[in-house]
Amino acid sequence: MRSLKSAILSAAVALGLAGAAQASEAVHIPKQEWSHSGVFGTIDKASAQRGFQIYKEVCSTCHSAKLVPIRTLAGIGFNEDELKAIAAGYEVQAGPNDAGEMFMRPGIPADRFPSPFPNDNAARAANNGALPPDLSLMAKARVGGEDYLYAFLTGFEENPPEGVTLMPGMNYNKYFPGHQVGMPNILMPDGVTYADGTPATVQQQAHDISTFLTFIAEPHMDARKQMGVKVILFLIVLAGLMYATKRKLWSTLH
Amino acid sequence: MAQAHAPQFKNPVVKWIDSRLPIFTMLDHEYNQYPMPRNVNYLWAFGAIAGIMLVIMIATGLVLAMQYAANTHIAFESVERIMRDVNYGWLLRYVHANGASMFFIAVYIHMFRGLYYGSYKAPREILWILGVFILLAMMATAFMGYVLPWGQMSFWGATVITNLFSAFPLVGDPIVTWLWGGFSVDNPTLNRFFALHFLLPFVLLGLVVLHTAALHVSGSNNPLGIDAKGPQDTVPFNPYVTVKDGFAVVVFLIFYAGFVFFAPNYLGHPDNYIPANPLVTPAHIVPEWYFLPFYAILRAIPDKLGGVLAMFGAIAVLAALPWLDTSKVRSCKFRPIYRQFFWILAIDALVLGYAGAMPAEGVWLLVARIGTAYYFFHFLILLPLLGKLERPLPLPASICEPVLKGGGRVAAGAHAKPMEKA
Repeated sequence: MRSLKSAILSAAVALGLAGAAQASEAVHIPKQEWSHSGVFGTIDKASAQRGFQIYKEVCSTCHSAKLVPIRTLAGIGFNEDELKAIAAGYEVQAGPNDAGEMFMRPGIPADRFPSPFPNDNAARAANNGALPPDLSLMAKARVGGEDYLYAFLTGFEENPPEGVTLMPGMNYNKYFPGHQVGMPNILMPDGVTYADGTPATVQQQAHDISTFLTFIAEPHMDARKQMGVKVILFLIVLAGLMYATKRKLWSTLH
Repeated sequence: MAQAHAPQFKNPVVKWIDSRLPIFTMLDHEYNQYPMPRNVNYLWAFGAIAGIMLVIMIATGLVLAMQYAANTHIAFESVERIMRDVNYGWLLRYVHANGASMFFIAVYIHMFRGLYYGSYKAPREILWILGVFILLAMMATAFMGYVLPWGQMSFWGATVITNLFSAFPLVGDPIVTWLWGGFSVDNPTLNRFFALHFLLPFVLLGLVVLHTAALHVSGSNNPLGIDAKGPQDTVPFNPYVTVKDGFAVVVFLIFYAGFVFFAPNYLGHPDNYIPANPLVTPAHIVPEWYFLPFYAILRAIPDKLGGVLAMFGAIAVLAALPWLDTSKVRSCKFRPIYRQFFWILAIDALVLGYAGAMPAEGVWLLVARIGTAYYFFHFLILLPLLGKLERPLPLPASICEPVLKGGGRVAAGAHAKPMEKA
């Protein structure tokens, strides 16, 4: 019995190691420090607001975030007037009016972020055939989540390693699956000027935009975790009471 | 139920109804007085836990269905609307999505408990077979539910699984067209999957009622695998087992809540947050974790039809289990050799699950093939032979004997014969 158990264990360990060896062939995505990670972590609102600035000034020239209403930004600390001002900065198509025509009007917080292109084909036509993916869920739609986004945004290399020939119009990225990506290296030192005076290094920008994308992918994350702590504390107390009741009841049996 | 006596209801309304339609008497018999073997351990709580999971799934699913739109153009967006705009929609969806995994965890533990303690043996064969049908209905429901968000894994999972039926000669392709309602997975497929995903849980509920009815005929098995011989061997279901199961349910809910609130997407696949695109195939199409052992069996067989038959055979063989296991002794406690093979089977299932998550090539294909061969070897060859070859340990005379042996206060008149206990 004992020898059988140890044989099974060693087989399981061997399998686990083989699995780990295989996994290590894939590119390792370094973990970053996030204020929102962990059970008690919450979104860093200042960082997410800076991330929104990058989204607005940089990302949204090519990428849409069409599932996200502008009012969502209340969750990172913008007040109602600020939201109205942000929304009014966008032109939104509305209509048809009484004459049957579509028209443009300033955005309101209930509108979703307008997309830079009218449709996917237009987006491809403007981007060398590549389709810039929608960013609404980007932080949840890639293996590695926000760590991957950070790695991707800081993982561009001007010159690909020896032996790699880039296809025309493609760029080399250490972390992108296949390493060749249509998107160019877009984050430049001081490419944006932060209103709060934070130095806009590439790392800082990548961190901020990844925080922002995490927020828009899951706007209720903070509320979810806070409710989770309460629910689990309640359940632990309830379990203790149930166990005490069970012990008392069953002790009468013997 | 032999010791059941007619309850006296004090409430005149209850009394009036019960004398015309004895539902209160029935409930009292089945859930109040129902005699449970007093030695059942916490593994017996997983039946109750699975039942609770079904109720949670139906309740959350009903509310989600009120918000969801089964149309390929807006299905993905309607799920995101639930996540973002519906009050506590994120909670409902995460409870439902993780609930599917929790339901399978509970049912798989429940099944392995049945395997370990021989709960499928006479007179519980029909009870066990109903359980196999429950598993099938769960699998169909879970598969169709995973299609509804209409993400990349939804679409490609549906394509792969429905295409399996094309393996059957002659009728295969027409069956697939019929399943799809067209010539590819598309809007008609999504529509019917939604309709069936709504219907099947109620079929499941009906099967659970039958499963419970069959259970209450023979009574619950217990860790010793011997029959209860009288009231001294049992306790009334309520309050003893309701409280014990209640405690186990709460502990399970803590585990469940851990996923819902702190790792809600851990058991899912990131690709399903990308809207379905028939023109882009994901690098690896992987089913949900609870299908992985069966997926490994499917891919282990080099022939498509053979793979499909092996996969369904892996479940069908469970239905034949009461007759494949020739041993008269139920519990593994008294089957020293089978006990070891039980654990090998459990590890085999885990290894198959791991292999199912890996690309079907190289060493993982070999692992899946060995695992598949062993799975069928266990049920088709080992179990029939083992029942004849193995010498089981002597069985105790009754349930209360070993239970009370260590208890200190032995009831007067109980046997004090030393027991060989595994």
